[in-house]
Amino acid sequence: MADRPKDAASTQGNAGQNKPSLTLHVPEPHYRPGDTVDYSHLDIPEAGAQIRPDEVCEAKETAPLAHDLIRVLGEDNKAHGPWDPKLTPDTLREMLGHFALVRAFDERMFRGQRQGKTSFYMKCTGEEATSVSTAMALAGDDMVFPSYRQQGVLIARGYPLIEMINQIYSNKGDKLKGRQLPIMYSSRKHSFFTISGNLATQTPQAVGWAMASAIKGDSRIAATWVGEGSTAEGDFHSACTFATVYNAPVILNVINNQWAISSFSGFAGGERTTFAARGLGYGLASLRVDGNDPLACYAAEKWAADRARANAGPTLIEFFTYRAEGHSTSDDPSGYRSAEEREEWPLGDPINRLKKHLIALGEWDEERQAALDVECVDLVKKTTKEAEKNGILGHGLHHPFHTMFEDVFEELPWHLQEQAEQAIHERETKFPEGLPKQ
Amino acid sequence: MSETVTKNSVKSADKESGERRLNMIEAINEALDVMLARDPDTVVFGEDVGYFGGVFRCTAGLQEKHGKSRVFDTPINECGIIGVAVGMGAYGLRPIPEIQFADYIYPGLDQLISEAARLRYRSAGEYIAPMTVRSPFGGGIFGGQTHSQSPESLFTHVSGLKTVIPATPYDAKGLLISAIEDNDPVIFFEPKRIYNGPFSGFYDNPVEPWKRHKDSIVPEGYYKVPLGKARQVTKGEQMTVLAYGTMVHVAEAVCEAKGVEADILDLRTMVPLDIEAIEASVKRTGRCMIVHEATRTSGFGAELSALVQERCFYHLEAPIERVTGFDTPYPHSLEWAYFPGPVRLGEAIDRLLKE
Repeated sequence: MADRPKDAASTQGNAGQNKPSLTLHVPEPHYRPGDTVDYSHLDIPEAGAQIRPDEVCEAKETAPLAHDLIRVLGEDNKAHGPWDPKLTPDTLREMLGHFALVRAFDERMFRGQRQGKTSFYMKCTGEEATSVSTAMALAGDDMVFPSYRQQGVLIARGYPLIEMINQIYSNKGDKLKGRQLPIMYSSRKHSFFTISGNLATQTPQAVGWAMASAIKGDSRIAATWVGEGSTAEGDFHSACTFATVYNAPVILNVINNQWAISSFSGFAGGERTTFAARGLGYGLASLRVDGNDPLACYAAEKWAADRARANAGPTLIEFFTYRAEGHSTSDDPSGYRSAEEREEWPLGDPINRLKKHLIALGEWDEERQAALDVECVDLVKKTTKEAEKNGILGHGLHHPFHTMFEDVFEELPWHLQEQAEQAIHERETKFPEGLPKQ
Repeated sequence: MSETVTKNSVKSADKESGERRLNMIEAINEALDVMLARDPDTVVFGEDVGYFGGVFRCTAGLQEKHGKSRVFDTPINECGIIGVAVGMGAYGLRPIPEIQFADYIYPGLDQLISEAARLRYRSAGEYIAPMTVRSPFGGGIFGGQTHSQSPESLFTHVSGLKTVIPATPYDAKGLLISAIEDNDPVIFFEPKRIYNGPFSGFYDNPVEPWKRHKDSIVPEGYYKVPLGKARQVTKGEQMTVLAYGTMVHVAEAVCEAKGVEADILDLRTMVPLDIEAIEASVKRTGRCMIVHEATRTSGFGAELSALVQERCFYHLEAPIERVTGFDTPYPHSLEWAYFPGPVRLGEAIDRLLKE
C-alpha cells in the first residue's frame, strides 16, 4: 500500500478502524464478444408520448426531455404526437434518397480502402438520420462544424460526390491538395467547416462562429456534431459554457452511438446519466432523441434551429443511436463487442424505418426502393471511375511538391522556401529522368 | 486622429516637448483602439478585459468606447477563448483574444496548435485563423512560477504560427497593428516587466519610466512596424547580440556598463525571423551572444545558435554564447538568481571577447 505521511493527523491507516476499503469502479459494457445480447433494460418509450415545449421556452422546461426519448415513428410505421414534423411525401422521399446514396457511398468507399485505393475510411451505417435528417432541418447556409462521421450532411447539401472521392483518394483532383486524412472534407461553399481529427475541437469553434453571427446581427446559426465519447474532452465543456454565457445561436448535436472505438459510452459517463442531461447543468435547452427515427431527428433539429434563430438560445441534443459498423477501416469491433448488438438494437435501422413509413403512407413501395438502391450504387460506381482518372492514393498522381509548403502561411517565408527547394532537389536526385510513369 | 487617443495617453503626453510619450500599456491600448475603430471585424475579448479593462489595463476604456459586442469579458477558459476565436475567424471576424498570463495559455494549446495554426493548410486556404493572441509574458515582477514564464519556443516550434515580442512602446503599437492585420494566427507576447518602463537588469536601481526612453515617442493613429524585420538597437563591431523583449534592455545596459561596442539586434519577431539582419551582423562582428529569459534547453536560443552556426561558421572567431534562464520553474524568492542578469551576461561577454 502507498505510504501515508508519517506525521499526518490520522496516522493509523485502516488498522483497528471500521472504515471499509475503497474500491475503484472501472466501467464494463453489458456485452462482450460471444455474449447473448438482451436490450430489455433499455427504456424505449412509446412514439408520440413526449411533450413538445415551445421553441422559445425557458431551458429548464426541457428537463423532462433530457431523460426521455423523443420518438415520432411508431411500431405501426406511422408518425405520432406533437413532434411529428409533418413533412411532405416529396421531402420524405428526398430524405430517403440521401439515405440510400450515403449507404451506397459508404459501401463503395469501404471496399475501395480494402482494395488499396486509399488508406482509410469511416462509415456511418445506422447513423444516417443523425446527419441527413438534421442537415435537412437547417438552412443551407447555416454553418456546420461536423465531426468525422457526418458525410450525410455533405450529401444532403448536394456536395459533388466526385469531390468527396477525390479527397478520399488524395489524388490530383483533391481540392485539399492531398493534405488531409481521407474523409476530412472541407467546403466553404457548402458552409461546411474543415474537419479536424482532434476530437471535440470543433465544438467551441461552432460556438464562436455563432457568437460572430450574433455580433454581426446576421440571421445564420451554427450547428456542430460530436460523438458521446468526445464529450469527455475539455473542449466540450468550453463549448457548453460559452454557448450558455453568450446565449449563442448554436446547436450542439451529441451522437451517442454507444461506442468510441472500443470504449463504450460508460467511459464518457454514460452509466450515470444521459448525455442530454449534461446540457441542463449549463442551462442549455436539452433534448434526447431516438437517433434512428428520421422524423424525430428532423423535428428536434428544427426545434433547436428555430429556437436559435429566435435568439432564444442554444440547444444540446443527444441522438441515441448505434454504430452498426467498426469505428473505421482500421478497427475490428469483433474484438471487443458482441456481434449480436447490431441485430438486437431495439431502435431498428433508420433507412428501413423511413422506407416503411413512406410505404405505410402509400407513397412508396419495394420496387421503387429497389430501383433507388440500384440507381445510387450505379451513380457511386460511375463517379468512382471518374475520380480514379485523377489517381488513387500512392500512385503518383498527387499535387506538385511545392504545394506541400504552401498555405502554412499566407506568404511563403524564407525558411519554407529553402525547405521547398530541398524537397524538389531530393526528388530530382531520386528521379533524374523525371517522375516514373504508373 | 484625436479620437484614438485614450484618457491614459493624454495624461502622459509630454507637455513641454509636445511629443506624445506612452508607456507600453498605453501603446498597446492605443493599437487596439485604432484597430477597433478602423476595422469593424475586430473583436477584443478575454478574462477581465471588458468592463474592468484588463488586469494590466491594456484594454481600459475600450468597451465603453466600442461597445460590449466588440470588447467583452469571457469565462475563465482558455481553450474556449482560443476555440471561439477560431470559429469567429472562420465567420470572417478578426479576433484579438487576450490570455491573461502566458502561463495560462496551455489549456488553449490544442486549439492553437492543431486548429488555428493548421486551418489554412488543412482546408487549402478555404478557412483561415486571422487572430492575434495577446498575452503578458516573462518575469521580473515576483510573479512566481505561474506568472513569469516565457513559453515562446513552444510556439515557434509550431508550423503555421507567428510569434512576436515587442521591446518598446513604439514597436508594441506598430507590431500589434501589423499582427492584427496579418491573416495568419499571431502569438503576441508582451514583456510585462517593461510595461511601465525599460529594465536594465540592475534590479537594485530605481525603476526607469518609459518617458525618458526615445522609443516611448508614439505617433497618434495608425502605423505599422512590419513583422519579420529586426531592429538595430546599437551599432558596434565587437560582437552581435541577439535578444528580444525585456532582455534587449538588459543587454544594452550591460554592454554599456562594460564599455562593449556591440551590434545589438532586437529580433521583434521569432517567426518570421529576420535572418538577413542576423547573418549580416554576425559575419561582420564574428562573435555572437544570444540572450533570452526563457529556460535554456530547446529554447529559441538553440534555434538561433544553430542558424548562426550553419550560416556564419567560417566567420565566427569564438563559440556562440547562449545566456538564458535556468532549466527550473521560475522561482519566487530567488527570482533574481534565476533571471539572466548582468553577471551572467557579463561573463558571457568576457568569454566571447577573450578568444
